[in-house]
Amino acid sequence: MATDTAATNDLSNPEGVRRRDWIHIAALSTAGVGGASVLFPLVSQMAPSADVLAASTTEVDVGAIQPGQTIKAAFRKQPLFVKRLTPEEIAAAKADDNAPMRDPETFAERTRGKEDVLITMGVCTHLGCVPLGAAEGENRGEFGGYFCPCHGSHYDVVGRIRKGPAPLNLMVPEYTFTSDTVVRVG
Amino acid sequence: MSFAWAKQYEPQSAFTKWLDEKLPLPRLVFNAVGAGYPVPRNLNYMWNFGVLAGFCLMIQIVTGVVLAMHYAANAQVAFGTVEHIMRNVNYGWMLRYAHANGASFFFIVIYLHIFRGFFYSSYKAPREMIWLLGVVIFLLMMATAFMGYVLPWGQMSFWGAQVITGLFSAIPLVGEPLQIWLLGGFAPDNAALNRFFSLHFLLPFVIAGVVILHIWALHIPGSSNPTGVEVKQESDTVPFHPYYTAKDGFGLGVFLILFTTMVFFLPNALGHPDNYIEANPLSTPAHIVPEWYFWPFYAILRAFTGDLSIPFTGIVLIPAKLLGVIAMFGSILLWFVLPWLDKSPVRSGHYRPLFRKFFWFGFIPCMIVLFIAGGAPAEEPYVILSQVATAYYFLHFLVILPIVSQIEVPKPLPFSITEAVLGKDKAPEAPRAGTAEGGIAGTLPEGSLQPAE
Repeated sequence: MATDTAATNDLSNPEGVRRRDWIHIAALSTAGVGGASVLFPLVSQMAPSADVLAASTTEVDVGAIQPGQTIKAAFRKQPLFVKRLTPEEIAAAKADDNAPMRDPETFAERTRGKEDVLITMGVCTHLGCVPLGAAEGENRGEFGGYFCPCHGSHYDVVGRIRKGPAPLNLMVPEYTFTSDTVVRVG
Repeated sequence: MSFAWAKQYEPQSAFTKWLDEKLPLPRLVFNAVGAGYPVPRNLNYMWNFGVLAGFCLMIQIVTGVVLAMHYAANAQVAFGTVEHIMRNVNYGWMLRYAHANGASFFFIVIYLHIFRGFFYSSYKAPREMIWLLGVVIFLLMMATAFMGYVLPWGQMSFWGAQVITGLFSAIPLVGEPLQIWLLGGFAPDNAALNRFFSLHFLLPFVIAGVVILHIWALHIPGSSNPTGVEVKQESDTVPFHPYYTAKDGFGLGVFLILFTTMVFFLPNALGHPDNYIEANPLSTPAHIVPEWYFWPFYAILRAFTGDLSIPFTGIVLIPAKLLGVIAMFGSILLWFVLPWLDKSPVRSGHYRPLFRKFFWFGFIPCMIVLFIAGGAPAEEPYVILSQVATAYYFLHFLVILPIVSQIEVPKPLPFSITEAVLGKDKAPEAPRAGTAEGGIAGTLPEGSLQPAE
């Protein structure tokens, strides 16, 4: 049957493009498309699965929190501090808006709408410890907010870093109030 | 190893020259699957299945590693994690179906590969080592597949594990302690599940290692071919690339069409619905059967219903259970001695008319009957059918094959592959080492396989 290689004997055009180049390109392109389409699910399967995404929001009822009280919740498996501010704390925070600090942010930027509620992650921006100051009787640091015992970061009443090694203020996550007292975080 | 006329690897760029000096991997690839490996020019599609099997192994390892990122091998949660994969993990359903059906397709491919070996006597000298390594690979595949099926911890997973681990208790003296040691308990439970997961993850890499030895052993004598006449001259061969890369690529395309059709449109067709029920040690399913690829061996196991005892006394020499176990393992271990059971000097079934009759009208129907009986309930008429078929199976290998191979008159072999393909062959210019002259066209050269007298 096909015992002689007819590679150069077919009706090729003057430039030397052979007919079999077409099938080479077609076959390899198809294989390439196939390979890429196999690669996509193999990469995608490592992304968060549907149940993880479903657990990616947390709802908190702030109605029961007294002024001056902070509650700890969980958001995406990490601690969330939901704090009800007293009028004195609000005034002190506003007064410090222009004070020199590592990560300047105003009171309004951090409380976004509802003046007396502060929602931040309970994760120190230095190396990730959970700062003290949420529960009754815990050390609140020199600025009356949160204090991280690991390396001595002091946060003020609205969670801004004022002293110590942490580079950024406590992170304020995305949140919306779905009613007067219920907030959906994430 | 290569034939004298094989193309030599020639690195062109400075980088490839440097690499060739330090770690000659491109040279290895060139000599193994590239233009540097001459292969008989007359291979038919039955020779595609080796490459397809390697591809299946790769699919199983890739999908398996990825599934292992989401599966947990703890008896409390295993079934749940498989459902988590099916419902929550992105494309989890596709990966799971690819892995489960991949196992089935791996066995389809390997059975066709083995049957090629039976028909064309690929196991004969000088290729005995390739065959022995192949049987080892098959045994490892069976172990891997068995343990993999236990992992979802469904009803069939659990009860299949119960039956197969229960076989070990048939071994005299050490059987029961051995079974308890294997299970890490008194029945399949968390201990067994965890170790099965570990071993199921390990064995495919052991298989990959043996596959490398298998291919290495093949590349010493080179591939056999449908005529069974060894390569003598350059015109008998073509370089592996591009001829067999193209043919194997085409075969791969056909395979993938069939595979993806199963995965996307018939994903549960080869599975047992009972495995979608969580394992319940207190409730035995109506019919315990393994996956389809084990059915012939399951039929042999269940065929032995009577103890081997001394008549008229009550003395039992070998209980039925142990007979079944010995026969089942024996049916595969038998393949190890096949190169020495088949005494025909002719390899290919195409030139062995008597052998062919027994192959197509004896052996193949026997395997089909064993397959059907293995998947059926252990009732009549399947019991008697599996007994007859088991008897024929052993008769075929131990009695028929040796006798037929010695008494049959084979058809005359072609002088060479070139003659078989082209119809005629001039005297070879460069004969294989061992003959001084070129030989005479139309006659068998000295030392080549002669039909038995």
